[in-house]
Amino acid sequence: MNTRRIDRGLRRAHLALVPMALVALVCYLGATLWSLRISLSSSRSFPVSDFVGLAQYRRLFSNERWLHSLGNLATYGLLFVAACLVIGWLLAILIEREVRIGGALRLVFLYPYAMSFVATGLVWQWMLNPGLGIQEAVRRWGFSEFRFDWLVDQDHALYTIVIATVWQASGLVMTILLAGMRGIDADIWRAARIDAVPAWRLHLWVIAPMLAAPFATATLLLLTGVAKLYDAVVAMTQGGPGTASEVPTKFIMDHLFGRANIALASAGAAVLVLSALIVMMPLFYARARSNRRNA
Amino acid sequence: MSAQQLMRPSAPRRWYADPARLALLALLVSAALCFLLPLYVMSLTSFKSMEEIRNTSLFALPPQLSFAAWQAAWSSACTGVACEGISAGFWNSVLIVIPSTLIAVGLGALNGYALAFWRLRGAGSLFAVLMIGAFLPIQVMMLPLVRLLAPLHLVGTLTGIIIVHVIFSMPVMTLIFRNYYAALPRELFLAARLDGAGFLYAFLRLMLPMSLPMLAVAAIMQATGVWNDYLLGLVFAGREHLPMTVQLNNLVNTTTGTREYNVDMAATLLTALVPLLIYALAGRWFVRGIAAGSLKA
Repeated sequence: MNTRRIDRGLRRAHLALVPMALVALVCYLGATLWSLRISLSSSRSFPVSDFVGLAQYRRLFSNERWLHSLGNLATYGLLFVAACLVIGWLLAILIEREVRIGGALRLVFLYPYAMSFVATGLVWQWMLNPGLGIQEAVRRWGFSEFRFDWLVDQDHALYTIVIATVWQASGLVMTILLAGMRGIDADIWRAARIDAVPAWRLHLWVIAPMLAAPFATATLLLLTGVAKLYDAVVAMTQGGPGTASEVPTKFIMDHLFGRANIALASAGAAVLVLSALIVMMPLFYARARSNRRNA
Repeated sequence: MSAQQLMRPSAPRRWYADPARLALLALLVSAALCFLLPLYVMSLTSFKSMEEIRNTSLFALPPQLSFAAWQAAWSSACTGVACEGISAGFWNSVLIVIPSTLIAVGLGALNGYALAFWRLRGAGSLFAVLMIGAFLPIQVMMLPLVRLLAPLHLVGTLTGIIIVHVIFSMPVMTLIFRNYYAALPRELFLAARLDGAGFLYAFLRLMLPMSLPMLAVAAIMQATGVWNDYLLGLVFAGREHLPMTVQLNNLVNTTTGTREYNVDMAATLLTALVPLLIYALAGRWFVRGIAAGSLKA
């Protein structure tokens, strides 16, 4: 009687996991493999099942726009992750030092994270509008030579996307680091106070190393955002001016739906996934190790 | 002086007597003002007329409050071909968010419960596949999903976009519930099993009621995430059900003729209002969601 009930329970448990199995195996694993397969074919608008080897990859890497987007993504990723980590960390330290006022201001630093990338991109597009935005406002204050026209400047358009998304995501880093600081033994803070260790030295040499796991988590989340960067670019610059702020996800989308070249788009997707995994794997590993040590 | 104060090596001085602390506070407050600036500019611009936008500074208060831009953004601005404002997008987003949230949170809780308490063979590997998938750009799975859903006539329908949202939120929803349930004492579950509770009974009558806070956190995360989505809505929702973010982008970026920045900003604010309201009312839960979502896998 009892074993039969357990068997029925197990059967139901298996049944309950069917949706998850379908999603994992069909929508994630299956879809990714299918994309890989398509990238080895000569498909244009519709999938065909011939095999052309790495021809699409060769075409991809002789495509000016793709190479440019990859370079853009690397520059963007480096600046975005670094700026978010530094600003988020400084905010966390300031709030930790000034618990009363900082606690109240904490929610101010996180509200942009609740906003969509589209809304974020559009607000900054407006603020950075060279004719009527910040540049014009500062000129009205009397600095008539002031220039801040990055939005329409080929060499600087990418940085406007960094600014907008750093504004959006720094609060996330701050939140994760604050949670990490709260988990640090109270004795350490007390000992530092008794020895009158300056705050910056305490944070740089004692607290920061203890925050390795939260830092890795934050970096991992930011890097995911880098690989997925799309909405903000579409809303803010549409990849322009020219191709100044093109990114790989946009290249893939344009070739999937606009230019009907799904094999080339799939090759791009495969390269993007591979680069994402290569960059993130060490972090996964570091996080798993530090978690095991703390367990 | 109390004993506690005596124990401190240096009793805290009043804040205005300490220049270092004063500088720190000033830094903190100016950083906060910087973060608030876009919200401030967005609101100001939405209440100005185009005339005032051209003649006043970006940071100047509007000479007189005008709600015309808000009205236009809601009901008469052009979002592509149609000129009916973004109100239709608002209702589309509502129709997408509610079922996507209910189904995704429910499935996430069920998955988490099955993973945490029922040690099924292979479940761990499935979960690993799911977690790796969460880090990949959606574009990689986009075309296969379109090809999969098209024969079922689900691309461009409300059902289709809801299914896609459930698919792409499953990793994080499963993760947070698995971690939550794994932290509960296993004896609790075993006792319920001994009392004769089956798979579903133990879930519905014991685990779900115990996870009410997590359900709220997950629902807030999911509702905000789905509301803010642009990419999935663009591809899977179809012309009839375009969510508010897509209509907003169309309104601002595909206008022909002179751009009306006040209408643009009113529409942006209207679109950001729902997640900002959720955040204002449930900021603490929002923060908990971040902590839960970034926990170790």
